[in-house]
Amino acid sequence: MGFSLVEELPKLLWLVIGVAGFLAVIGVLLFFVDAGPKKTKTEWWQAALFLAPALVLLLLGLVYPVIRTTLLSFMNGQGTSWVGLDNYVRMFTQPEILVVLRNTLLWVLFGPVLATAIGLFYALLVDRRRFESVAKSLIFMPMAISFVGASIIWKFVYAYRPAEADQIGLLNQLIVWFGGEPRLWLLETPLNTLLLIVVLIWVQAGFAMVVLSAAIKAIPDDIIEAARIDGTSVWSHFWNITLPSVWPTLTVVLITISVQTLKVFDIVRTMTGGQYETSVIANEMYAQAFRYGELGMGSALAVFLFILVIPLVIVQMRTNRRLREEQR
Amino acid sequence: MPKFPNPRTTIAATLSLVLLTGGCAYLSGGGGSAGADPDSPECEPYAQWQDIGGSVSIYASIRDEEAERLRRSWQKFIDCTGIDIQYEGSGEFEAQVQVKVDGGNAPDIAFFPQPGLLERFAASGDLVAAPESVQQLAEEGWSQDWLDYATIDGTLYATPLGANFKSFVWYSPTFFADNGYEVPQTWDELIELSDTIADDGVKPWCAGLESGDATGWPATDWIENVILRENGPEVYDQWVNHEIPFNDAKIAAAFDRADEILRNPDYVNGGFGNVQSIAITSFQEAGLPILDGECGMYLMGSFYAAQWPEGTEVSETGDVYAFNLPPINPEQGTPVMGGGEFVGAFSDRPEVVAVREYLATAEYANNRAAEGAWFSAHQGLDLEILEVPTDRLGAEILRDPDTVFRFDGSDLMPAEVGAGTFWRGMVNWINGEDTDATLDYIENSWSS
Amino acid sequence: MSTTQSSAAEEEGGRASSPVAPASGGPGVRVASPAASGSPGSRESAAARVRKRLSTTTASLVAIVIAALWTLPTAGLFISSFRPEQEIKTTGWWTMFTDPQLTLDNYREVLFSANQGQLASYFVNSFVITVPSTVFVVVLAALAAYALAWVNFPGRDWVFLGVFALQIVPLQMSLVPLLRFFSQGVTIGDVQVLPAWDLPGAFAFTNVWVAHTIFGLPLGIFLLHNFISQLPHSLFEAARVDGAGHGVLFRRVVLPLIVPALVSLAIFQFLWVWNDLLVALIFAGGDVSTAPLTVRLAELAGTRGNEWQRLTAGAFVSMVVPLIVFFALQRYFVRGLLAGSVKG
Repeated sequence: MGFSLVEELPKLLWLVIGVAGFLAVIGVLLFFVDAGPKKTKTEWWQAALFLAPALVLLLLGLVYPVIRTTLLSFMNGQGTSWVGLDNYVRMFTQPEILVVLRNTLLWVLFGPVLATAIGLFYALLVDRRRFESVAKSLIFMPMAISFVGASIIWKFVYAYRPAEADQIGLLNQLIVWFGGEPRLWLLETPLNTLLLIVVLIWVQAGFAMVVLSAAIKAIPDDIIEAARIDGTSVWSHFWNITLPSVWPTLTVVLITISVQTLKVFDIVRTMTGGQYETSVIANEMYAQAFRYGELGMGSALAVFLFILVIPLVIVQMRTNRRLREEQR
Repeated sequence: MPKFPNPRTTIAATLSLVLLTGGCAYLSGGGGSAGADPDSPECEPYAQWQDIGGSVSIYASIRDEEAERLRRSWQKFIDCTGIDIQYEGSGEFEAQVQVKVDGGNAPDIAFFPQPGLLERFAASGDLVAAPESVQQLAEEGWSQDWLDYATIDGTLYATPLGANFKSFVWYSPTFFADNGYEVPQTWDELIELSDTIADDGVKPWCAGLESGDATGWPATDWIENVILRENGPEVYDQWVNHEIPFNDAKIAAAFDRADEILRNPDYVNGGFGNVQSIAITSFQEAGLPILDGECGMYLMGSFYAAQWPEGTEVSETGDVYAFNLPPINPEQGTPVMGGGEFVGAFSDRPEVVAVREYLATAEYANNRAAEGAWFSAHQGLDLEILEVPTDRLGAEILRDPDTVFRFDGSDLMPAEVGAGTFWRGMVNWINGEDTDATLDYIENSWSS
Repeated sequence: MSTTQSSAAEEEGGRASSPVAPASGGPGVRVASPAASGSPGSRESAAARVRKRLSTTTASLVAIVIAALWTLPTAGLFISSFRPEQEIKTTGWWTMFTDPQLTLDNYREVLFSANQGQLASYFVNSFVITVPSTVFVVVLAALAAYALAWVNFPGRDWVFLGVFALQIVPLQMSLVPLLRFFSQGVTIGDVQVLPAWDLPGAFAFTNVWVAHTIFGLPLGIFLLHNFISQLPHSLFEAARVDGAGHGVLFRRVVLPLIVPALVSLAIFQFLWVWNDLLVALIFAGGDVSTAPLTVRLAELAGTRGNEWQRLTAGAFVSMVVPLIVFFALQRYFVRGLLAGSVKG
C-alpha cells in the first residue's frame, strides 16, 4: 500500500470543514453575545455564551471523571462494591506505595524550581546578545521532542557497559575518562530518581526560558535606564529590578511546570518502567488501575494527586486577589 | 447593527453545510476492495464462511513485522470470504484493552498473552464464551493442558493461538565444540559445565531483565522453570494458585537454586559486567555475547530466535542453538514451561464467530507458520513448514503426548503479583535484596 | 457594525495599547538592532567598560557551557541515527569522530520500509489531528479567559480557580469516561440523552479533536487569563461608554492585542498534541487511516525489540515539524506569552 494523495484527501477536507465550521459557530456565538440583554449589572448572558463551550467540554471530559474517580477510590478493584477507606489505608501503609509518594515529592521539590531557575538564568545571560536567537533555540529544542523521545535520548546518556568494554553512554564515558569506574546509574536509589528529574528539567527549562525571556524584555526601558544611571551592580539590579518585574510571570511558570511535574508519566515509564524504586504517582496509578485491574487503588492515588494541587490553588487564589485590588 | 456577524463567516458556514451534506459518504470512506473469486479452487477451504460478510476488529500486543506476518496469514481468508479483518497492535495492550472495554469500545476479538488477563475479563462478564463450533475445533486441535488455561468455571472462553517454549537454554554449538563442552543432561552436569567454562575464563551465563515497563519478567522464568523441575507440576499449580504461600520453603529452595547461577559473580553476567548489570540489561541484548564467545548460555524463550543478527546460523551445528533446560529431580522428569496467546471475543456476531473458527483450524496454523518465526501447539501443525530449527524443536516437545506442559506462572497469577510485585521483587533480588525478604514482599502483596 | 462604533473602538484600541506597547512592540525592535543597547556605553568610564566586557565574556562562556550541555544529548542521538546498528549497540557515538562509519539505513528503514502504508500517511494524520486541536483550544480558551477576566458575574473567581485546579486531572483517569461518551453516548437513567458517536472514515478524527481540546483547555485558559486580565482597565471603560458590547470588545479590541499570546499558546499546544501518544492510542487507534506519527514510531520499536537504530532515526523524523513550527513562529515568542503580566 503506497501513499496516494487521493486517499488522504478526505482527511484534509474534513480538517478544513471542521475548522471552518467551528469558527463559524464561534462567529455566530459572538454575534449573539451582543444581541442579548444590555447593560445589566451581572452579565449572565454574556458570561454564559463566552464560557459555555469551554465549560461544557470541561464538565464532560474532566469534572465528571474527577467525581467518578473519587467515588471509585472508595470501591474495590473491579468497582463493584464499597470498601470505605481501605484503599487509602493501604496506600499509606504499603512500603512500596510510600516509596512512590516519596519519589513524587522529590520530583515536585526539584523539578519545577531547577527548571525555572535555569531558564531564568539562561534568559538573562543571553538577553540582548547578538547570538540570542540561536542560543535560545538550542535550549528550546528539547520542547520539540516528546517526553518519550527525550527519555530515549537520556537512556542513551545513562547507558552502562562493564569497565572492560567500550562505554556507549556519555555519562559513564566521562567518568571513565576521568579515571573512574562506570556505574549502573539507573539502579542506584534515590540517585536514579534525580537522574530522571534531569530529563524533565532538560525539557521544561526551554519553556521557562522562552516565557521569562519575554517578561524580561517587557521591563520598561525607563526603569532599566534609571538603574544604569544609578550604577547598580549586576546583583542588585537582578534582585531589585529584574526579579520583582518578572515575579508574576515566574509564578505562572513555576505553577505550570509544577502541574506538569505532578503528572509526569512518560519519562518514568520509558526510562525505568517504574522499576528500581523510581515509580511516581501518575505511573503507579496507571499501572494499578489498568494493568493490575486494581481500579480502586489507582483511583485513590489519583485523588491524592488532586489533593496535592491544593497548595497551588491557594497560591493562585492570592495572585487573583492581588490582581483584583490592583485593577480597582 | 449588522444582519450577520461577518460575510466571511456566513460563506464559510454555508460552504461547510453544503460540503457536509454532499460529501458525507465520501469522507466516511467505504467501498471495500474486490476480493478473490470465491468460486476458485483456492477458496474452497473457506466455503463455509462465504455468505457472512462484515468486518471484524482484532486487538493484540503484536506489532510491526510480526503484525505484518499476521496480516498476511489471514489475507486469503479475507479475499475469499469478504469478511474484513481490521487488525491493531499496541505495545500498551494489557492496559489499553481494559480502557477500551471499560469505555464501551471493546474490539471484537483480542489476543490475550496472559490467561490471567483472560480470566479477569471472563469473570467480569465481558467475554463471549466459545460457541460449540469453536469448542469442537479447539478440542480437535489442542491438548487438554492448553485448553484448561482458557477454561473458566467449566466454560471454554478462548482458543490458543501461537505458542512459545520458555525452557530453552541458548548456546553456541561452535563455541561448545571448539572447547570440547557438551550439552548437559542433568542439573549437576549443567553446574559442572558452568564451572568448567568459568575456569576457562569465560562467564558461563548471561541474563537481562530490562524490558520496558515489563522489566523483571525474564527472572520469573528462571524461578518457574526451577520450581517445575524440582517439585513437579502439582506443587507448581499450588504455587500459581496461591494454595501454598509464596514464601513457602519449597519456593525458597528454588530461589536458592537459581541463586547459585544468577547471583554467582563467577557465572554472570557474560559480556555485560557484574551481577547487578543483569537488572538493567535488556533481555533482547542479553544473549548476544554468546556469538562473541563472551557468554556460554542464556535461558530465554523460543522467540529469541528472532533476536539474532541477520546472517546468524541457527542450527544444531551452527552459530547458535538451544537445549531444553535439564531435569533437576529425576522423579519429576522434565516438565516444560511455555506461553502463548489466546483468542478471546467480546462480540458474538456471525462474522466474529467465523474468524474465531478459522483461527482455531489447522489450516490457519499452517498458513501462519508458513509466514515464518512462529509455531503453535496445534496438533494439525505441519512441522515441516517451520523454518527455524529451534521452532521445530520447541513444537516437537510441546506436541509430544508425554510432555508435561505448564503455562508461564507469572501470566497466571493476579496481574498485581504476576505483572507487578513478582517482577519488582526479582529486580530487587538481582540488585542484592535478601531472598527471604523478597519472598515475604511478594507474599504480602498477594491479597487472597 | 456602524462606522462610529467601530472607529471608536479601533481608536480606543490604538490609544490604550500604549501601556502594553513596551511589552509587545518594544523588545522586537531591540532585538532587531542590537546596537541600540550599546550606545549609552559612551557615558561609562573606561574601567567600567573593561569590567563590563569581562563579565560579558564570562556570561558568554557560561551560556555556551549550558547550551552545550543542553545540546549534547540530542547531538549524540543525531549522530547515532546515522550509525550502523552494530556500531550503535557496541560503541559510543563519539567514536564517530575517530572512526567515522555513516549510513542512511536507519532513515531508509523508518521512512520507506513501512510495510503498512508510507510514513507520509502518518504525517498527514498527525497534521489533521494537531491543527484543529490547536485552533479549538486557542479560540475556546481565549473566549473563556476573556469572560473570566472582564465579564461581570458573581463567582467568576471560583470558576477560574476550578478551571485552574482541573489542570491536575491526570488524563489517564479521563480516558474511560470520555471513551464511553463517544462509544455509548449519554444516558441518564434509561433515557438516551445524547446518541453514540459512530464516526466512520475521516470523521473518526473528531473524537481525537474533542479529547485533545478538553485536555488542553485548563492550561490554555490559565495562561491566557494571565495575559488578558492584565490588559489596562481604561481600555474597557472607554469602549463601554461608547456602548460596545462584549462581543465587539472582544473582537475589535482584545483580540488584536493578544495575538502574541495566542500564537505562543498555539505553539505550545501544537507541540503537546504533536508529541502525544496516549490520547492518540485510545481515541485514534493504531490504524494507518487515523493513527498519528507517534503511534507509528512507538510501533517501530517492534513487538519484542529494542530497535535502537530505528528509534534514533524515528525520533528525528518526528522532531522535524515541531522544529519548523518553532523557528517559523519564533518572533512571536520575543513578544511573548504573558508579557502583559509584567506591568507592575
